[in-house]
Amino acid sequence: MIRIELDRRPQHSTLFSILSPFIAVVITALIGALMFAMLSKSPITGLYAYFIEPLTEVWSLHELIIKATPLILIAVGLSVCFLSNNWNIGAEGQFVMGAVAGSILPVLYPEITGPLVLPMMLLMGLAGGMAWATIPAFLKARFGTNEILSSLMLVYVAQLFLDWLVRGPWRNPEGFNFPETRSFHADAVLPEMMSASGRAHFGFVFAILAALVVWFMLAQTLKGYEIRVLGASPRAGRFAGFSQRRMVFFAFLLSGALAGLAGIVEVSGAIGQLRPSISPGYGFTAIIVAFLGRLNPFGIVAAGLILALSYLGGEAAQISLGISDKVANVFQGVLLFSVLACDTLIRYRIRIVRPKPQPAPEPEAVKARLEAAQ
Amino acid sequence: MSPDILQAIVLTIITAATPLLIAALGELVVERSGVLNLGVEGMMIIGAVTGFGAAQLTGSPWAGVLAAIVCGALFSLLFGFLTLTLATNQVATGLSLTLLGLGVAGMVGERFVGLPGVKLGTLDIPLLSDIPLIGKLVFGQDPIFYMSVALAIGVWWFIFRTRAGLTLRAVGDNHGSAHALGINVIGVRYLAVMFGGACAGLAGAHLSLVYIPQWVEGMTAGRGWIALALVVFASWLPWRVVVGAYLFGAVTIAQFHVQAQGLGIPSQFLSALPYLATIVVLVLISSNRRMTMRNTPASLGKPFVPER
Repeated sequence: MIRIELDRRPQHSTLFSILSPFIAVVITALIGALMFAMLSKSPITGLYAYFIEPLTEVWSLHELIIKATPLILIAVGLSVCFLSNNWNIGAEGQFVMGAVAGSILPVLYPEITGPLVLPMMLLMGLAGGMAWATIPAFLKARFGTNEILSSLMLVYVAQLFLDWLVRGPWRNPEGFNFPETRSFHADAVLPEMMSASGRAHFGFVFAILAALVVWFMLAQTLKGYEIRVLGASPRAGRFAGFSQRRMVFFAFLLSGALAGLAGIVEVSGAIGQLRPSISPGYGFTAIIVAFLGRLNPFGIVAAGLILALSYLGGEAAQISLGISDKVANVFQGVLLFSVLACDTLIRYRIRIVRPKPQPAPEPEAVKARLEAAQ
Repeated sequence: MSPDILQAIVLTIITAATPLLIAALGELVVERSGVLNLGVEGMMIIGAVTGFGAAQLTGSPWAGVLAAIVCGALFSLLFGFLTLTLATNQVATGLSLTLLGLGVAGMVGERFVGLPGVKLGTLDIPLLSDIPLIGKLVFGQDPIFYMSVALAIGVWWFIFRTRAGLTLRAVGDNHGSAHALGINVIGVRYLAVMFGGACAGLAGAHLSLVYIPQWVEGMTAGRGWIALALVVFASWLPWRVVVGAYLFGAVTIAQFHVQAQGLGIPSQFLSALPYLATIVVLVLISSNRRMTMRNTPASLGKPFVPER
């Protein structure tokens, strides 16, 4: 049997640190081609429809930016969590609660209008996501509860809460019984950036700003250093006088706030009302974005655009090739696998070990003849 | 409450608890080997879709059960290759297994939506299932229930009463020492991971062949994650997994009965109960640190790379 052995590198390979996300994308494309072939579609047409076609038209570039906005916002927050070793897996729930909290004004008080409505909504969205993230943070800091499971359970709770709101008390009184809230009035809608060519809204600016601010914090401030130290070695962090407990809150609240902002931006910018489902899994896809971006805010902006393409490509492939739009989720899963596999190259040298051919035991007959000859 | 209704309630509780029990027992073995596989939800839904599909194609629910077990185990190999051979982060890899599983199942399962399923019938044990009250409960269940009972006893016996189980625990508690003793740490872990995958696959088959004999997208609905929480709840002891699974089955079923009473509580709040219960249970367990720490495999979640 051929075995794969790992040799620890004395220090991380800079070359592969840069290369590994690219290798991962190439591997994903190859696996995608294989998948298209297995679905008896031409791999070339498939990959073209999936990855290139959405980039050839201006309106679809706008859609790309719309889809990348929540991914980047959430992933930038998650990168702080993951760097500090806090596994916030519940961004999807924080996204939903941000959208709900931010929608209170336009849904319950539509008579309030004016230029202050939108900033208020954004702040409330931020607070909503932050509040939802406080729960797993508090439970982890106070009781040592596993934050992966608690934050994830809260996703289901948030989704059910949204479902109840839009089917019950928040349902549009003039909406023919559809499970949706009233449409947001003009003052509650996030304006478009270049409305002549498409519907991309100013949320993207928030995403870029968030990436810049978090990059600055991580690279230039003591807080960023603290995040890294506590993430890499909690013990060393304790000796340095950093509080792990406070870091739990910091990371969760920051990522919750950004996920909540992403929620209200998506609802007021792209959808314009609340519905039972407002996210195609942005909160989970953002985990992939964070890793593909190597937990670096600028990398995350690039990764967010790539993953946004996977959503658009999924829709395009559904229309032009007639395959399920779930293919997008498959691509995303494969991509995360490839990213993680390629990251091994950074820390280890990989050797493929072939078994040495065993010397065949000398047959007795040969031995006997040899002896006879002597 | 009449005995008939009581019997019906207990029957539904058992049905709701069985997939949780099977998936959690599988994950317990995985974690005892020192590996944390967060991909249970993904492996479970792969089991559900392949189980449904194979049963549809062949018309035999048993083919579905077999396919689910095999596909669950094969799917877990992806996780195994990355975390064991390539020493990747187990948390992130497990998550990607779940994401990939949900995607693949959604894609494969699209053609099954709305098709009538093939139900795995009950296996009544003659005479014994006619005993009043408990007969139907203990001896008139679907075959996967019997497997879950056998699995619970088997896992307990294996972990605490066999040499191989001792090896498994040694690998999970200190992979360095186990390696020094000449145990093939990676090999043991591969087997454990595949066992967990097979169990999660079987649990998925129970969902799509017994619980709701249909394919519904995302039909695992977080049960894989609840199974993971059960392992923590059980502090890695098989008999406590049994208790926990039945408690959760009861919570899941309680919401339907409250709903039927027409108390005016919105159904969404009741549906949220199992998830909230999971959080409450996790808090209660984790606040008792001594109890959790005693059985936690010490190498849990740490990649192992033998030094050469």
